[in-house]
Amino acid sequence: MPDPVVDVQQLSRSYGRTQALKQVDLLVRPGQVYGLVGANGAGKTTLIKHLLGLLRAQQGQVRVFNRDPVREPVPVLQQIGYLSEQRDLPEWMRVDELLRYTRAFHPGWDADYAAELLDTFGLDPSKKIKELSKGMRAQAGLIAAVAHRPQLLLLDEPSTGLDALVRRDILNAIIRAVADDGRTAIFSSHLLEEVQLMSDRIVMIDAGQILLDGTLDDLLECHHTFVVDTRNAPIDLVNLPGVLSSEDHGPHSKLVCEHPRVNHEELLANGAQIIQARGATLTEIFVARAGRTQVGKMQQTDEVAMS
Amino acid sequence: MHIEISPQDGVPIYRQIANQVKYLIASGRLKTNEELPPIRVLAEQLLITPNTVVKAYHELQSEGLVYKRRGAGTFVADTKSPLARREQKRILIGRADALLSEAKQLGFTFDEVLEMVRSRQSALDKTAGKEQSDARPRG
Repeated sequence: MPDPVVDVQQLSRSYGRTQALKQVDLLVRPGQVYGLVGANGAGKTTLIKHLLGLLRAQQGQVRVFNRDPVREPVPVLQQIGYLSEQRDLPEWMRVDELLRYTRAFHPGWDADYAAELLDTFGLDPSKKIKELSKGMRAQAGLIAAVAHRPQLLLLDEPSTGLDALVRRDILNAIIRAVADDGRTAIFSSHLLEEVQLMSDRIVMIDAGQILLDGTLDDLLECHHTFVVDTRNAPIDLVNLPGVLSSEDHGPHSKLVCEHPRVNHEELLANGAQIIQARGATLTEIFVARAGRTQVGKMQQTDEVAMS
Repeated sequence: MHIEISPQDGVPIYRQIANQVKYLIASGRLKTNEELPPIRVLAEQLLITPNTVVKAYHELQSEGLVYKRRGAGTFVADTKSPLARREQKRILIGRADALLSEAKQLGFTFDEVLEMVRSRQSALDKTAGKEQSDARPRG
């Protein structure tokens, strides 16, 4: 098997009394797209900052390209393309200045690719960053992140607040990196439908812990959604082991279940009338798995860490 | 190549793609030796991870419906093969099953369904005949 691109072992981090990451293990193999999924404040950004060497591991170990990103930032960062939701670009620079400036850090800069993207996006290189719209900013940030053809693309909420066209540009950059050169991408997003389509593997993080980590196909395979009529059920089906969540829709209920722990036969045996049975969507799995824990609590601390 | 996918379907995306390509082949909309879109192109069109397209093409290849040429792309295999015929049958069986179960739910007997199929066929034959005579050049 090829060397892992990222190898995180038992990583823990706390800000004051808040535990932002708890014994996180993460192995990222080349050529795959990893979808990082979690509520606000679940720890996604904190984890990504460790990969970039912006945060030092308090406990545990972080290896990127088999190096410590805090001790050897240059060789690690040269192989990473990073785009954050904040898109913290220097406001006073022009687009072409931004690209020249970024190029200086990256010996592998592909000027043709950068020019092609500028042209595709229709970005005016002489415009100042501060004059750009939100979508154009994302496009400029994207060119700066991918034109050195990094081995690892790290995209933290790249699509947030963008229209469908710019989102398409960003996703296409991931597709191109993976399809043409077998490179690797880790991206986080609130848009779970997008994650479901774009990811080979899903890493679900909740309250600083990895909740699920596996191939998307396996994840979808082992979660089913049933719409049932429960009027004749003698017991509350929600309490069946393996029923992860339920939504009450009048006389009907939607159950998200572990498969095959809960199946047709068992639901029928418990008096349910099955109206619909299908594979669960990633959104349903996420809500069922992470929905009950308190969310948003750690967001403040995350923001403190970024400033 | 027009493919539509739906993440709400509960069916893995690579299987949705493979099934639709099978359908396009079985129905003659993709012809023998025609090239399927390159992996990146289809991934960009559908906004999906390229590995899903790889998986779909791989499945089609292992079922003998497409073949790969080294250094080139993926091509439709000879559709007159027994494998393609089996696939065509499989599609029809799926439709038949859906029709029968729907008919049962709506309270139609099997004979009524058969009769309906027959009458639809003669209706379609009539329209086809009319279209043909319409298409004939007027002299």
